[in-house]
Amino acid sequence: MEKLILRRVDQNNEEMILNFGPQHPSTHGVINFIVQTDGEVITRAVPDVGYLHRSLEKIGESTGWHGYMPYTDRIDYVAAMFPNEGYATAVERLTGIEVPRRAQYLRAISGELCRIASHLISVGTMAMDIGAFTPMLHGVRERETINDLIEALCGARLTYNYHRIGGVAFDLPEGWRDRTLAFLDHFDRFLVEFDRLITFNEIYIRRLANVAVIPGPMAVDYGLVGPNLRGSGVDWDVRRDLPYGAYSDFEFSIPVGQGMFGTVGDSFDRYFCRVREMGESSKIVRQALEKLPDGEIMAPKVQRNLKVEAGEALSRVESARGEMAFYVVADGTNKAYRIRARTGSFTAMGIIEPLSRGLMVADLVALIASLDVVAPEIDR
Amino acid sequence: MPTKRTASKISPRTVVLVTLAVGLGLPGALFAAILLLSPLTKPAVIDALVGRVLGVDPATWPWTGLAEGVAVGILAFILVNFGAIVSGMTVWWEMRVSSRMQSRVGYNRAGAAGFFQWIADAVKLLFKEDLIPADADQILFRSAPYFVMAGFALAFVVLPFGESLIAADLNVGVFYLIAVTALVVVGILLAGWSSNSKWALFGGMRSAAQVISYEIPAGVAVMVPILMSGTLSMQGIVRAQGAWPWQWNVFTNPASTVAFAIFFISQLAEGNRTPFDLPEAESELVAGYLSEYSGFRFALYFLVEFGNLWVMAAVATTLFLGGWQVPFVGPEAYAAARGAELIPGAAWWGLEALSMVVMVLKTLVVLNLIVWVRWTLPRIRIDQMMNLCWKYLVPWAFASFLFTLLWQLAVAGTPALATVSGIALTAATALLLVLFLRQTRANLVAMGDRVDLTNW
Repeated sequence: MEKLILRRVDQNNEEMILNFGPQHPSTHGVINFIVQTDGEVITRAVPDVGYLHRSLEKIGESTGWHGYMPYTDRIDYVAAMFPNEGYATAVERLTGIEVPRRAQYLRAISGELCRIASHLISVGTMAMDIGAFTPMLHGVRERETINDLIEALCGARLTYNYHRIGGVAFDLPEGWRDRTLAFLDHFDRFLVEFDRLITFNEIYIRRLANVAVIPGPMAVDYGLVGPNLRGSGVDWDVRRDLPYGAYSDFEFSIPVGQGMFGTVGDSFDRYFCRVREMGESSKIVRQALEKLPDGEIMAPKVQRNLKVEAGEALSRVESARGEMAFYVVADGTNKAYRIRARTGSFTAMGIIEPLSRGLMVADLVALIASLDVVAPEIDR
Repeated sequence: MPTKRTASKISPRTVVLVTLAVGLGLPGALFAAILLLSPLTKPAVIDALVGRVLGVDPATWPWTGLAEGVAVGILAFILVNFGAIVSGMTVWWEMRVSSRMQSRVGYNRAGAAGFFQWIADAVKLLFKEDLIPADADQILFRSAPYFVMAGFALAFVVLPFGESLIAADLNVGVFYLIAVTALVVVGILLAGWSSNSKWALFGGMRSAAQVISYEIPAGVAVMVPILMSGTLSMQGIVRAQGAWPWQWNVFTNPASTVAFAIFFISQLAEGNRTPFDLPEAESELVAGYLSEYSGFRFALYFLVEFGNLWVMAAVATTLFLGGWQVPFVGPEAYAAARGAELIPGAAWWGLEALSMVVMVLKTLVVLNLIVWVRWTLPRIRIDQMMNLCWKYLVPWAFASFLFTLLWQLAVAGTPALATVSGIALTAATALLLVLFLRQTRANLVAMGDRVDLTNW
């Protein structure tokens, strides 16, 4: 069967059709781009998604409310806390379960650590796609410590399955608070070093500044979220603007793209937003550890075989890849009628085609990296 | 675990000793062979030996040509092997340096500090299937690695190792070098075209554009030391310099410092090294022109890529950094130690060995610098690569060339100028070095790190 997507590119001229993926070092998972190029200049790049589709939303209709939690990890396995949190929040809104304050704080702590880990991967792979291998491994080194911390917290390093409907699974282990604070002290210094290593490298800046500029209105039109949206100068963050969980208790700023070395909304802005967000996340974790209230970590009497009255609920959480929404519909049984996850990477794929005209092949790589798309999150 | 090293049978002490023996012995033997053979395989020496040992007149003896050919063949064999082995050791060094820069463990399995890894890799590649894509242009695909290899191996003809240690001190040495290293791009272009893969074609075309563009600034920058020395011969250029830093070409003329920078950058580009590794940019072109290669053909490309580091470093050392010049040992010292004997005495060999050590050390320093650059910098884009070449390097190369013309006139009038420039620029470089070390130290302190050499 001829691929339908090939019809969208003109095959009758001198231009070269390039299959960029599905197995390509810089597609960050299994994504395919049909790239139409005139030499080094791209005339069009059409993303072809769906290689990693695992029917995760459909699975939710047969697993039961509690049983779906481990599956949400797989929606975005680079930052698995956020789908956990989004799904748990949605079901809690649906059932009216009150989450204890301590559990909300633990969610914020684990989530922000996870955001740091995810952004480290993002900025590291971005540097790698630009051709510098060292920052990537420095990032992974720091992420390893976070993985250790989260492993101590919930026993898993990648697919955490830490949240529960009505709270979280485990309380902080002994000594965890000090270990985390020590790590954050180190991490704040690391960020300075990282900036020195790669962010303000002249070649790096020139590779990213003014490349693939997304103006603010365009970013809104295409439904970009998270650092991609904020990189375009749109000041929107669910944690601050629609506070959920414990986030209203913390002081933190939202980094917004300023066009530091080029135009607002270029690849460098998106990259630099992530770098600065890591610092903000570090602040949030510090505050949360300081203010951490005592108490239960699970809401009392959450039924094991949860039956939810017919209804629907929507939750919005700020994932590492931007706003993640979970829409759950219940029909009164012990299983969901419909679960829908709205993820940032999927919408980010849509903007690649209009942006790709006139980019160089190397810029396309920078664009994909700067959008921080993660293949499982696109396809679910 | 099946992959566990057989450390239980061989004691770590033995492993370290064997590694040290091979790691020092192999290059040591090669250097010794070059030291012995390169003065002795010259036709004049062979002729004299033939005359003396066999008692025949070399001019009329029918086998003289054969004897000379065999002698040169042995030297060539040693030099090609030196290239291959130095390439492998460079891989090891690069991997160890990069793993330290990246907080990794790096090579540590085969031999102490993983020193034998390059041998293991080469053997593995030898045993792999030599796959040729069905639609590839068979002849070109098969022949491409040999062009690359030839371009690399031929460069060793004019690479000096010491005062008299050079395969052939051609009077057009630098010109020859530029000509033969251009062969590499033919091989890469052939590889890119014949693979019948779009990625490989991209890589081949990028490489052609890059190498051909950067030969111009490199060529013009090379003119600066040539002008300063008044010769194209590699040995002649070294002889025109002194042993101390303020007598090196790079410092005795301000324009030459610029030319050195241009030459260094252009060499990185011609060697396809970061930040100019566009032809094989992994994140863009998968593996560029290498995409379809496997087995030993692939190994040849890598041999050349890493072996080229030595060539680059040695050429930069020769042209700009004083080559093999040993402090306090002038040309008359070599001449005095040489004597009139056919086979010179031990003093001369000692001096030659000393000059070789100096040359090798300088080369290794430059080589290490190239490795550092590779693991620090990101890659530039193809249009930026072209811009850098044509808008910055070429004009600056010509400017330094013109300046050198005037400078040579001035130096001819007042020779003190060269000394002043040499001392001033050496002091400036030393200051930069101190500042670099201080900054490094400050960065380490800011991170709360310390220099840790325990994992070597």
